[in-house]
Amino acid sequence: MSAAAFADDQQFVFYMIVLIGVLIVIVGFAIRLNPLLVVTVAGVATGLASGRDLHAVIAAFGKAFTDSRYVAIVWLVLPVIGLLEHAGLKERARDVITRIQGATTGRVLMAYFAVRQITSALGLTSLGGHAQMVRPLIAPMAEGAAESRFGELPPKVRFTIRANASAVDNVAYFFGEDVFIAIGSLLLIKGFLEQNGINVEPTSLALWSIPTALFAMGLHFVRLVLLDRRLQRELGTRSERVE
Amino acid sequence: MIKLSFIYVLMGLLMGGVALLNAFDSTNPRRINNTIFWGTYSTTFLVGSYLTDFANGCLVIVMVAAVAIRGLGQGTVVHTTVEERQASARRWRNLLFVPALTIPLVTLFGALYLKNARLFGVALVDPKQVTQVSLGLATLVSLVVAMVMLRPPPMAPLREARRLLDSVGWAAVLPQTLAALGALFALAGVGTVVATLAQRWIPLEHAFIAVATYTVGMALFTMIMGNAFAAFPVMTAGIGLPVIVHHFGGNVVIMSAIGMLSGYCGTLMTPMAANFNIVPVALLELPDQYAVIKAQIPTAIPLLIANTLLMYFLVFRF
Repeated sequence: MSAAAFADDQQFVFYMIVLIGVLIVIVGFAIRLNPLLVVTVAGVATGLASGRDLHAVIAAFGKAFTDSRYVAIVWLVLPVIGLLEHAGLKERARDVITRIQGATTGRVLMAYFAVRQITSALGLTSLGGHAQMVRPLIAPMAEGAAESRFGELPPKVRFTIRANASAVDNVAYFFGEDVFIAIGSLLLIKGFLEQNGINVEPTSLALWSIPTALFAMGLHFVRLVLLDRRLQRELGTRSERVE
Repeated sequence: MIKLSFIYVLMGLLMGGVALLNAFDSTNPRRINNTIFWGTYSTTFLVGSYLTDFANGCLVIVMVAAVAIRGLGQGTVVHTTVEERQASARRWRNLLFVPALTIPLVTLFGALYLKNARLFGVALVDPKQVTQVSLGLATLVSLVVAMVMLRPPPMAPLREARRLLDSVGWAAVLPQTLAALGALFALAGVGTVVATLAQRWIPLEHAFIAVATYTVGMALFTMIMGNAFAAFPVMTAGIGLPVIVHHFGGNVVIMSAIGMLSGYCGTLMTPMAANFNIVPVALLELPDQYAVIKAQIPTAIPLLIANTLLMYFLVFRF
């Protein structure tokens, strides 16, 4: 469907009713209703607004849900991660970091950022992830680095450090993977342009992803340095008392 | 041949086990809800491929109802004390990292080498699904390593999975539900409507405004759809190709590469990208649902501006 599919302005304005789902999502998330409920209601409303009957809408919803079951495979790591946590994995990750001289939260996260982005750029995108790496290893290390400097952390600081550990995994992965020529997104671009009669090389797409990759790394490193300064400012005076 | 369906059976058994543990746990005030939720989820893995689309849709609605009506709960799980875990950590030292690192390393090995592996002339792993299958197999290998090393009681892995899955709760199925929403958006032509709006009401006769509309549009549209892959065809067909490439003579490769990365800036800022932004909140037990997004916005916005400027200065030059 393109803009030309709408016979006239009136028909187009009428068809804008399908944006109801977008509205439901925005309002629902803003007033913090349960996201699962918001998303389901938005999906059903969008389907009905496009003129389909309820049976067809539920079927479309069920089909897409079932087709995307593969995104849930990551939950299979939880039995092992739970066992290892039970045996003290997080505590060990903390111990290891505490022994490294000069380790700070920011530096631990910068090191992980670099590893994650470079491996993603080489196509090794599975060397990371929130369930496999961030929860059991990276977040405890980042927290441990702060604990060894400032002692016991207030919960608020602990949460900030954890959220930043997840952010590093995301940013490094997103802006690393497109430098690899066989990644899904570049193949999608190539496929889409081919449909429009334009042939491009994945190598050149990967090449032009490098400037943004470098910007992302630079920007995020600055933010991690600032995170270290903030921790020093908020907790630094405490550490003198502890020592 | 090992296919995704084999991994789905494992998923179904795991979720079914979690449902059963909840069913017999009188310390969980919402155990009926939890049992229905995880039991239904288990069904979608075990028999989802054989049911009609409508039946699968009804199963999703049952899960949503279990969450919406009174909500899920958590049983009081007996976890080891900090002292016990520290003692255990001192005992095992760095050996504890072995099963944890087994997961990414075996996944990687599988993704790289299983693609062309053959046994008696048959492909060992379905080549189209090699990464997902490898991840599933890697968790099994890692579980065996951990069981041999730590020798916990046989039910321990399931109990631990239940503890973690109940703390993640409904967020576990949000990524799939969002994929379903995206499919309905696509079916209803939401993308076309948004692109038509942009084309009609934004003055695109200046090159910089065209570039900025495209990059910011990619980010905003990705925030709505939760996925840059869904935004790219719509924005590129609506604004990128007709205005930047055909009208202003921009370079299609540079535009597409930086355009996609502008979409990723949007991914960093939206709860719709649940597996990146909401699932970790649950996994890390953060009280603020938007904590990860808030940690990402100060990178995402300057990076989007950088992308816009990069595209403007590069796209008409090469």
